[in-house]
Amino acid sequence: MKNSDQLRIPHSIRSFLRSVVGAIGGLLAGLLICRFAGESPGKVLTVLLNSSFGSGYDFGMTLFYMAYFILAGLAVAIPFKAGLFNIGGEGQLTIGALAAAWAGVAGAGIQSPVLAVLFATAASFLAGGIWGAIPGYLKARRGSHEVITTIMMNFIAAGVTSYFTLYVLKDPDSSQAETIPLSMVFQLKPFAVFNGAPMGGLILALMAMTLVLHLVLRNSVWGYRLKATGENETAGSTFGISAPGAWLSSMFVAGGIAGLTGLVEVLGNSHRFKIGFSADYGFVGIAVALVARGNILGILPSAFLFGVLQKGAGSLDLETDKVTRDLTYIIQGLIILGVASDGLWELPARLWRRRNA
Amino acid sequence: MRNLLRIHAFLPLWALAVLSVPSASAQLRVGLVLERSGKDDKSFNASAYQGLKRAEKELGVSTKTVEAPDNAAYESLQRAFAEKKFDLIIAVGFHQLESVKKNAARFPNQKFLLVDEDAKAPNVRSVMFEEHEGSYLVGALAAMHAPGGKIGFIGGMDVPLIRRFETGYVAGAKKINPKVQMLSNYLGVTGEAWNNPPKAKELALDQFNRGAEVIFVAAGNSGVGVFDAAADRKKLAIGVDSNQNWLKPGSILTSMLKRVDEAVYDSVKLFKEGKFTTGLIRYGVKSKGVDYSLDEHNARLVTEADKKQLEQLRTEIVKGKIKVPDYYLIQKK
Repeated sequence: MKNSDQLRIPHSIRSFLRSVVGAIGGLLAGLLICRFAGESPGKVLTVLLNSSFGSGYDFGMTLFYMAYFILAGLAVAIPFKAGLFNIGGEGQLTIGALAAAWAGVAGAGIQSPVLAVLFATAASFLAGGIWGAIPGYLKARRGSHEVITTIMMNFIAAGVTSYFTLYVLKDPDSSQAETIPLSMVFQLKPFAVFNGAPMGGLILALMAMTLVLHLVLRNSVWGYRLKATGENETAGSTFGISAPGAWLSSMFVAGGIAGLTGLVEVLGNSHRFKIGFSADYGFVGIAVALVARGNILGILPSAFLFGVLQKGAGSLDLETDKVTRDLTYIIQGLIILGVASDGLWELPARLWRRRNA
Repeated sequence: MRNLLRIHAFLPLWALAVLSVPSASAQLRVGLVLERSGKDDKSFNASAYQGLKRAEKELGVSTKTVEAPDNAAYESLQRAFAEKKFDLIIAVGFHQLESVKKNAARFPNQKFLLVDEDAKAPNVRSVMFEEHEGSYLVGALAAMHAPGGKIGFIGGMDVPLIRRFETGYVAGAKKINPKVQMLSNYLGVTGEAWNNPPKAKELALDQFNRGAEVIFVAAGNSGVGVFDAAADRKKLAIGVDSNQNWLKPGSILTSMLKRVDEAVYDSVKLFKEGKFTTGLIRYGVKSKGVDYSLDEHNARLVTEADKKQLEQLRTEIVKGKIKVPDYYLIQKK
């Protein structure tokens, strides 16, 4: 890419292209590391691609992981607009998932699948939203730092969910720590092409939701309030934009979206709440949002990339002799590094300018 | 970029190449799917892995071990093994129950071994351990070594499985000393509970301060913290799952063994001999599938009289004279 061209490309597209190049650079660096472990990078890449695109089932599983990461990524990216760093996604998503399982028990009499799914969606969103709004409120009212409060809320969420799972909603027929299974009306149907992978129309709904969120945040007054608060809270309040309002509302929406994980996990996959179902998806969401550079639409490709890596992790164990699932964590780290080292792009331009000065 | 696209374009060919590699010999191929905690958990998964490695060495089977990165991967990995036509697929841990059920139905000719749950499928051999029976024996031994009448229990997460250890343990202790007092703590409510030795040590020190003389710990990796505390205070601890006596010789009274390694090895051996059967197999004190460990590290702690008494209890359990309370049945009531 030449400098003269760069000037004509709109900022958003340039920023997107930089992220893509950064991510590919990180991926290539990660693959090169395999050489040191004595495994050929080409083979590792093939395993990763095959494991995510090799069959309908594999692709369905990749989309299934992607669904977790879309939600967890949005839960970080939205408050980030208002200048908050939400690392409570893990707690918000477990609470949301538990609420979905509760909805299945409380709404056992519901006959219509549409009503059942709407009820569970509302329960997950509200539960996650309230869980997110608590740190938002503490920040707005007391100025408590959200990094501290959200991470503490994660532990409280773990305690609350295990109490409900073991003593309130416990499945008496199971020796495991899990809730009563959902009835058929609550279960989401997967697509047949995915041949057994637990993913269906939900992934399309989540993509549409992301698009809508992107438009809302860009064009609505609410989106403007978040942005004004995030960019400069003092300047915002001079113009009559309430920072506490932006904090509280963004944390509520973020928590609610994280809570929708209940749809992916409980309605779509296990049809019940199991303690420890999440492989720290809430924390991976931070990385997803980082790679997307906080851009709402960017969450989609970023979540997909993390889905590919999550699906590939197990396959690396299976298909290669010298590298294990841990390699994907190295690759994730390098991709984040590749995307985050944004300043490097300015280096040639600066040198060029200096030479012509 | 162009190179990447080219690889993409040839993907179906790659896939074909991978699939069409013929199995080099008639060697038996066994695939092992471990839980998230993996083969280095010094406990349950480690034991399964050792059992398989022993089978590889002694029975000449070819093996492949994978560690699942998340709970949804259990199904993918078992399925990948089945598609690669492995002869036997071993799934370790109760988390894999649902996925084994699904895959057993999808691949009706594929044989599975599931450890720690009952899949109730015609092509699955399910192995379950009577943890409460083994815990009963170590509970009795704990009471014999607690003249003050106070013993402790430290569990990982408060889940039914660990409650099953606890109820068996108390019952065994009460058999020896009906007035025995029990202190009980659980480490936490997240997966971290299985991997938090410092907290386990604090809890153990607290229990020792309150007068406990022996502490039984069923908390995965966190157990080492309890062993540390026992060594510091010159008190006793009891290990779990694999033989942990060597970790702090002299401070570990015994370990409540859960012979996952035996279950894995036996199943592979039976498979090789063509005697593999499906259905539920229970490993209790009778088959020594759960047991207390004796070795050079605790030889000076467990006396001949102790052993005699324990063996007496074992026979009574086997004969049905002693009914060890089973938490799985208690919670259903």
